[in-house]
Amino acid sequence: MPGSPSEPYDLAVIGAGPAGLAGAATAARLGLSVAVLDAAAQAGGQYFRHPAPGLGAARPEALHHDWAAFTELRRRFEASGAAHLAGHHVWAVMRRDEGLWSVHALVGEDGGEGAGHGGGTAFGRGGGLADGGRGGAGADGATAPGAGGGGMPRGGGRGAGGARGHDGAGAGVGPVTRDGRGAGARADAVSGREGPASAGAGDERTVRLHARAVLFATGASERHLPFPGWTLPGVVGAGGAQAMLKSGLVLPGRRIVVAGSGPLLLAVASTLAAAGARVPAVAEAAGYVGYARSPRTLAANPHKLLEAAVHGTALLRHRVPLHTRSAVTEAHGTDRVEAVTVSRLDRDWRPVPGTGRRIACDALAVGHGLAPQTELATGLGCATRRVPDGTHALVLDGLQETSVPGLWAAGEAGGTGGWELARVEGELAGIAVAARLRALPALTRGRRVRDLARRRDRTRAFADAMATTHAPGHGWTAWLDDDTDVCRCEEVTAGSVREAVTGLGARDARTVKLLTRAGMGWCQGRMCGAAVACLAASGTARGTVPPSAERRPLAVPVPLGSLAAGPEEPGDA
Amino acid sequence: MSNSSSDVIVVGAGVVGAACAYYAARAGLAVTVVDRGPVAGGTTGAGEGNLLVSDKEPGPELELALLSTRLWSDLADELPARIEYEAKGGLVVASDASGLAALRKLAAAQAGAGVTAEEVPADRLRDLEPHLAPGLGGGFRYPQDAQVQPALAAAHLLRASGARVRTGEEVTAVLTGANGRVRGVRTAAGELRAPFVVNAAGTWGGEVARLAGGHLPVLPRRGFVLVTEPLPRVVRHKVYAADYVADVASGSAALQTSAVVEGTPAGPVLIGASRERVGFDRALSAEVLRRLAAQATALFPVLAGVRVLRTYAGFRPYLPDHLPAIGPDPRVPGLLHACGHEGAGIGLAPATGLAVARQMTGGQPPLDLGPFSPGRFAPAD
Repeated sequence: MPGSPSEPYDLAVIGAGPAGLAGAATAARLGLSVAVLDAAAQAGGQYFRHPAPGLGAARPEALHHDWAAFTELRRRFEASGAAHLAGHHVWAVMRRDEGLWSVHALVGEDGGEGAGHGGGTAFGRGGGLADGGRGGAGADGATAPGAGGGGMPRGGGRGAGGARGHDGAGAGVGPVTRDGRGAGARADAVSGREGPASAGAGDERTVRLHARAVLFATGASERHLPFPGWTLPGVVGAGGAQAMLKSGLVLPGRRIVVAGSGPLLLAVASTLAAAGARVPAVAEAAGYVGYARSPRTLAANPHKLLEAAVHGTALLRHRVPLHTRSAVTEAHGTDRVEAVTVSRLDRDWRPVPGTGRRIACDALAVGHGLAPQTELATGLGCATRRVPDGTHALVLDGLQETSVPGLWAAGEAGGTGGWELARVEGELAGIAVAARLRALPALTRGRRVRDLARRRDRTRAFADAMATTHAPGHGWTAWLDDDTDVCRCEEVTAGSVREAVTGLGARDARTVKLLTRAGMGWCQGRMCGAAVACLAASGTARGTVPPSAERRPLAVPVPLGSLAAGPEEPGDA
Repeated sequence: MSNSSSDVIVVGAGVVGAACAYYAARAGLAVTVVDRGPVAGGTTGAGEGNLLVSDKEPGPELELALLSTRLWSDLADELPARIEYEAKGGLVVASDASGLAALRKLAAAQAGAGVTAEEVPADRLRDLEPHLAPGLGGGFRYPQDAQVQPALAAAHLLRASGARVRTGEEVTAVLTGANGRVRGVRTAAGELRAPFVVNAAGTWGGEVARLAGGHLPVLPRRGFVLVTEPLPRVVRHKVYAADYVADVASGSAALQTSAVVEGTPAGPVLIGASRERVGFDRALSAEVLRRLAAQATALFPVLAGVRVLRTYAGFRPYLPDHLPAIGPDPRVPGLLHACGHEGAGIGLAPATGLAVARQMTGGQPPLDLGPFSPGRFAPAD
C-alpha cells in the first residue's frame, strides 16, 4: 500500500493551497508518488477558498479575479495522479528513519466537516475573531493544518464538548466570561462524554503515512494585535471576514470598518463592499510611502500594481474612505460592537492624542498581515528567520529545502508573498524533490528552474518591501490599557504580561507563557503570540525573539482516545 | 565594591537555583544568579510541579523530600498565591490485589520514616476520584503530596530572594585563584566575583562542574508531558499507577511509561510520565504519546474524548545512583553543587537550598548530607 513504511510515498505534501498543488503536480509529473494532505474538503487553500458545492453558489469566480488561474492549477493537479487526502488534519510529522518521515493526521467526521465551510459559518454565527489559520482567515496560502471550526474561544467558553467543528457557534466569542467558566457548565460537558453519546473521539482517528520527503505548504495565519474591545462579538479577523464570504457567502455585518495593516486590507474592503456591505472606513496603520521607496521591485511586479489598481477602483466606486497611519484603538459596545475609535498614529504607531474619531459600525474586520505557519517544521528542528515585519518564517535554500535535509517548504511558510509566489515555489520544490529522490540533479539545472527562481526572488523582494512597510511600530502597545485581554483563551491581561516582564524577568514569549498562561489555552498562542512576543521584547532592546523550538503544540488538538488507539497505517483493515 | 561582586554566584535560574538564592539571601549573603537562558527555562519549566513523598522508598531522598515538604508549606505562606501551591494529596492506585499488597508493603516501610499513607479499598476509590475506571484493585492516599506551578514558584522564589538576576548570560569559565579556590565566574558580559559558586545548572550541571575542573556525571533522562484542553476538576489528586514507583527507581535506559494524571488550578490535565535516556533529543515520539494516552485513559476513561493541546519534553538531571549532588566539590574549594535531582527537583529544591546555604555560612546542616556528597563520583586517582 502506498504510504506504508515498506512502501512509502515519495513525497507527502502538507496543504492543498497553490503551493501544495503546484508542488504535488510537478513532482507527480516527474514520476514521484505523491500524497497531498489537507484539512479542507476541497483543494484551494485559504486564498482559493470557495463554497462547498452544496451551497449552490453559481459563480465562485465572482470573488476571485484569479479564478481561471486556479482552475488551471487544479486541473493540472488532478491530472497528475497525486493523491488528494482531504479532511486530513496533520498534527505532527516525525522522523521515522534516515530518509523516511511519518505524517500523522486526524481524520473523521469532525475533521472533514469542519474543514469545508465550517470555518466560515462557525465564525459567522459565533461572531468571533477567527484565528486565521484554523478558522480560515483568507489570504494567500494553504489551509493545511487548519482545523475547520471557528471563532475564537474565550475564557473556556468553548465547552469541553463543544469542540471546534461540531458546533462552531459554540466556539465563537460569546458573552462567556471567566465566571462562566466555572466548573458547573463544563462539568456537564465532561460527564456528558462518559455516556455513549460522547462520540467525540470515537468518530475521529489518527492515521499515519510514510514518505521519503515532505513539502510543507502550510500557509499562514492572520496576525492580530489586541486593543481594548477586541473581544466584542462583531469583531472579526480581516482575512476571516473574507474567508466567510468566500466559503459561506455571509457578511459579518452590514456596516463594517476594516482596519489593521497590510495589502490584504484593501482586498478585504473591496470584497466586502462588492458583496453589499457598507464600509465606512479602512484604517491602515502604515503609510503606503514605503512601497514608493522600492520602485524597482514595484516596477518588476506589474501584477501587484494591477491588483492594487483593481482594489483601488473598487474602493473608489463604493466610496470607501482610506485612512493611512490610522488605527482602531478601541471598539465600543456592550453585547456587540456598535462603534470604533479610529486614531491617527505617529511614526511609531503611537496614537496621536486628540485625534480619536468615533465611527458607528456593526462589525469590525481587523488584521495585521499574516504569520507563516511553521510549527510542524520547527517541531522537526527546521530553522527560522525573522521577516522584516517581525514574524518568523522557515529558512530555505535556493531550491526551497529547509535546514533539515529531506524537508522542503513552499509558499507562506517561508514568508508571506501571495498565491503566485506560492505556486512558483511549489513548482520549484516539486522539481527539487524529484531531482533528489530520483538522483537526477540535472533536473534543477534547466531553464525552467532558472526562470522560476528568478520570479521567486523578484516577488520575495517585493514581499520584503511590503513587510517592512507594514511592520508594527513599537508604539502600538500604547493602545493597550492594563485591563485589555491579550490572551483571550486564558484571559491574560496586558497588565499581567507587563508584570511578568518587569517584575519576574520574563524576556521571551515562552517565559511569559510559563509565568502568566498567555498562550496556554485552546489556540496555543496562535492568536496572541505576536502581541505577547512584542510585549516581552519591550523588556529588552533586541526586539522579538524567534519562537522556541521547545514550543510543541500539536498542530491540531487530538483526542486522547484517538492517540491511545494508535495510528492506522495504510493497509490496515 | 563593584556591582559585579557578591558573596555567592548561583549558576542556574531554575527552581533549585532560586531556592539556593532564597535561603542564601535569608542567611545574609549577597547573591547573584546567572543563567544562559530565562528564568525557569530548563527542566523547571518542563515539569509538573510535583512535591511528592509517596513515590520514594525509605532512605536519604525521602528524608530530603519530607524536609522539603515542610519547607514548601512555609514558603506557600510567604510567597504569593499565584505559585498555585496545592496540598491536594496523592493517590496511588493498584490494578489488582497483588499490586495493592505491594503498595501496602511500601506504605508500611514509609510510615517508619514519617510518611502518612491511608489505604483506600477498591470500592472507595471513586469517593476520592469519581472518574476513575471501575475494577481497580484499590490504592493508597498520601495527604502530604502537593503541587506547585513550577515556573511561577521559581520566579517568585527568585524575586523574594532579592538576588541580582542575570539571565541570557552564559557562564564560560569558573575562575579560581592561585590556591585553587573559586573566585568567581566569567560570562560573555565580563567577570563576576564571589568566594562561592553554586552549580544549580540541573541537567547541564556536568558541564558547569567540568568548567571548574570538577566531575559530576549528570545525564539527561527524557520525559514527555501531555497537556489537555482546560477542564473542570475531573481529577482531584495526583493519581498514578503503582508501577510508577518502580519506574522512578529504575536505572534503565529503555523507554518506560507509567500513568501519572493530575488536574491543575488553571484547568488542563497533565499526563506523564515517560522515562528514557536518549540524550538531549526533543523529537516527538509517537510511541510515547500512544502509551501515555492509553495508560491515562485506562485510569480515567472519561479522558478519551478530551483533546491534547500540546506536549513537551523535559530532561531530568539524572545521576547514576538517583540521588542529587548537594554540597562542596571535593577538589575545588568554594564550589558547591546543587543538581542532579532527576524528576524530583521541584519537590527537593527548598531542602537543597537550605542545606547549601547552611554549608556556606558554617551552620548546622538540616539533615545528614553524606549520601548526597558530590565526592562520591570523584574518579579514583
